[in-house]
Amino acid sequence: MRIFLTALSTLILIPLSALAIDIQEVKSKGGFTAWLVEEHSIPFVSIDISFKGGASLDLPGKRGATNLMVGLLEEGTGDMDARDFAAAAEGLAASFGFDAYNDSVSISAKMLTENRDQAVALLRRALIEPRFDQVSIDRVKSQVQSIILSDSKNPEDIASRAFSAAAFGDHPYGSGLNGTEESVEGLNRDDLIAAHHNAMAQDRIFIGASGDITPDELAALLDDLLGDLPAVGAPMPKQAEYQLTNGVTVIPYETPQSVAVFGHQGIERHDDDFFAAFILNHVFGGAGFESRLMSEVREKRGLTYGIGSSLYSLDHGQLFIGQVASSNDRMAEVITVVTDEWTRMAESGLTAEELSAAKTFLTGAYPLRFDGNSRIAGILTGMQSTGLDIAYPDTRNDKVNAVTLADIARVAKRLMRPEDLRYVVVGQPDNVENTD
Amino acid sequence: MKHIFAALILSVIAAPLSAQDNVKSFTLANGMEGVVIEDHRSPVVVNMVWYRAGAADEPRGKSGIAHMLEHLLFKGTENLAPGEFSKTVAANGGSDNAFTAKDYTAYFQRVAADRLELMMKMEADRMRNLRISEEDVLTERDVVLEERNQRTDSDPSALFGEQRTAAQYLNHPYGIPIIGWRHEAEKLSRADALAFYETYYSPNNAILVVAGDVTTADVQALAEKHFGPLEPSLDLPVRARVLEPPHLAERRLKFSDERVAQPYIIRSYLAPERNAGEQSEAAALTILAELLGGSSQTSFLGKRLQFDEQIAVYSSAFYSGQSLDATTFGLVVVPAANVSLQDAEDALDRVVAEFLEQPINQEQMGRIKQQIKASEIYGRDSLRGLANSYGSALTQGLTLKDVAAWPEVLAAVTEEDIKAAAAKVFDRRQAVTGWLMRKGEEQ
Repeated sequence: MRIFLTALSTLILIPLSALAIDIQEVKSKGGFTAWLVEEHSIPFVSIDISFKGGASLDLPGKRGATNLMVGLLEEGTGDMDARDFAAAAEGLAASFGFDAYNDSVSISAKMLTENRDQAVALLRRALIEPRFDQVSIDRVKSQVQSIILSDSKNPEDIASRAFSAAAFGDHPYGSGLNGTEESVEGLNRDDLIAAHHNAMAQDRIFIGASGDITPDELAALLDDLLGDLPAVGAPMPKQAEYQLTNGVTVIPYETPQSVAVFGHQGIERHDDDFFAAFILNHVFGGAGFESRLMSEVREKRGLTYGIGSSLYSLDHGQLFIGQVASSNDRMAEVITVVTDEWTRMAESGLTAEELSAAKTFLTGAYPLRFDGNSRIAGILTGMQSTGLDIAYPDTRNDKVNAVTLADIARVAKRLMRPEDLRYVVVGQPDNVENTD
Repeated sequence: MKHIFAALILSVIAAPLSAQDNVKSFTLANGMEGVVIEDHRSPVVVNMVWYRAGAADEPRGKSGIAHMLEHLLFKGTENLAPGEFSKTVAANGGSDNAFTAKDYTAYFQRVAADRLELMMKMEADRMRNLRISEEDVLTERDVVLEERNQRTDSDPSALFGEQRTAAQYLNHPYGIPIIGWRHEAEKLSRADALAFYETYYSPNNAILVVAGDVTTADVQALAEKHFGPLEPSLDLPVRARVLEPPHLAERRLKFSDERVAQPYIIRSYLAPERNAGEQSEAAALTILAELLGGSSQTSFLGKRLQFDEQIAVYSSAFYSGQSLDATTFGLVVVPAANVSLQDAEDALDRVVAEFLEQPINQEQMGRIKQQIKASEIYGRDSLRGLANSYGSALTQGLTLKDVAAWPEVLAAVTEEDIKAAAAKVFDRRQAVTGWLMRKGEEQ
């Protein structure tokens, strides 16, 4: 019976509200540029700062240095040790996040309006003059070692690490940014100082802010916060050459359920066909319950709790990969279904209905992303570091809508190459053989 | 540096909320309650329906049925084909999902505010008109078993948690895992699912929570239109679960597994929960958890075990007072390399005893109270977080008045309250102490 939905169809045809978001470009006297969404109804501000380069700037033999350095930023500055610093931040109820990623070092701060100046002064000390004292280095090293150990027993981590290593070899993308037990053990204070200079310089900063702050206040804040960082950091890493061939790698691991990471080379974020690829992936394995992979592997066959794919487009190398977990006795069937779907997509692309449904979702969901100061600040930083225009939110849905079935068919052939598909399976899968 | 284990422990400070002027409620004639949180910053709305039915309400022997039914609610009604619910949400640019806990099951969508009516219409439909086939149930049961494989059976820490929780509760169903024991979950049937559905899914057992760019009057009118016509259940069971007998004997568990990378010791004590009109003891325990093990750098355990003695790479105390029945207060220590679990446990006991003997550090208490105050401000940034707080409170025995009073109750906690609550809870006879170990390195 479809009367129920037919009666609602008029509602579906109403266009979604236009994006009601006003992004201002703020330029400080000291030369920093930030994007700001002013929102004064809640008395705090979220500021998101991204330094391009990140953990991929680790020097040869020093894998894990950037990550360890970032982990130590909140562990003391000047005459404050780790406990003094934490007590000061907690007393102000400011929240500072320090994270290392493949392509960036990210600082996310939330600060109350009532004590913002003090919170900025505290954060400034952490960014500009971290202490890197030996006691803290040793303590944080032991935490990182504990994380490396935990990851080494986690089937999902084992699978994705093995895939990256085979795909990117010696390039930093080919290994985990935490480093290895040996590389972390070998890091010393000088390595951390070098990592700090290399990764956190003024020539690679992107800033987004949202909340209870005016453009003038933000400009002054940024000069205070960042003005004393070194002008120039390390050169950006080189391109990571994709080295993996098709086939199946089985990594034996005693567990009731196998984990598989699968895929091949991906597509650059700045490629003219990126939007078509983005839509294609959305339908293939990106759309939650609605994707082809979810429908074929979970909904129709009950083979998994979850399966998805993504365009993993890093600055210096790209993958198109997916991940799935399934019982050891059912993984072989999952691999058959995924390969069939990969081939079907390569050969016939999307149907007109699928393309239209994907556009409706993607254009409708886009404005909903701009929800909350923390999310907005993060999006603004991401847009800038990706090289997008400040007017991008106004034109983005037009770009999605401009993609045609012919674009999709072209990209499907180019992007989806079943002949290059590699599976890395961790577990004890029945009837899945190593091909190498 | 935040340790990976920090992700396993819920922060207590993240939750408190005060009654904002922008929170309103209503009740329909059929007994359905509604809560509306107005936030006009962007044209977005979160629509949630909460049922006062969770894993702890399941019949004996049918563990996992509340959660499996949650999956099946996406499988179609008299008016919607299987999968059409989520497809319709997506076609409107929205996202949807659901979750099951011990005390509740909740369904939600995040959509543009002008799509709210469609969401409410579909939620009202599946509250009373579920239609599921035998085949749907069998396929979805496989999905649930793979979910159990992924989240529990593949993770020694999760298996260990399941065993510890079962040992914590001698009689109460909180000892049973939400996803179900495998031997019971793999036998669940369509009839089991429908029996649970017919017993608990009715307007007089549900709470609508809407947060976002809406007005209370509009939400109430839409609720009257779509949920109002639903018949209430006349034989809704009284929500009185079996009680725990006195705990007379300490329980100790050792679990080893090939896949364990990082051993740790964890202890939980049976502890009182927040109750309507009676929240002060829970408030004292909330602050106690923060003082003892909230911040790695400044809490008592963190300072002693991670900094002074360097016995631990991570330590924490955790307590969540929001629970319909008796909850737990927990302590965890992840020992540094070359520190045995016995030494870690001895250090934990010694440091907790020291904490109880010393006067409470008033500066630390001040910082915690400042953070609780600030968390109300930060909390207003997330619609989903706000909606969750109200939905979970109302399905766990609290009223809007209790939610409103909570920040004041926390602010009023004194040193004496904390010491008294700690003395009462830290009784080893009601504790479960667990050691997670590597296979071949059992201690």
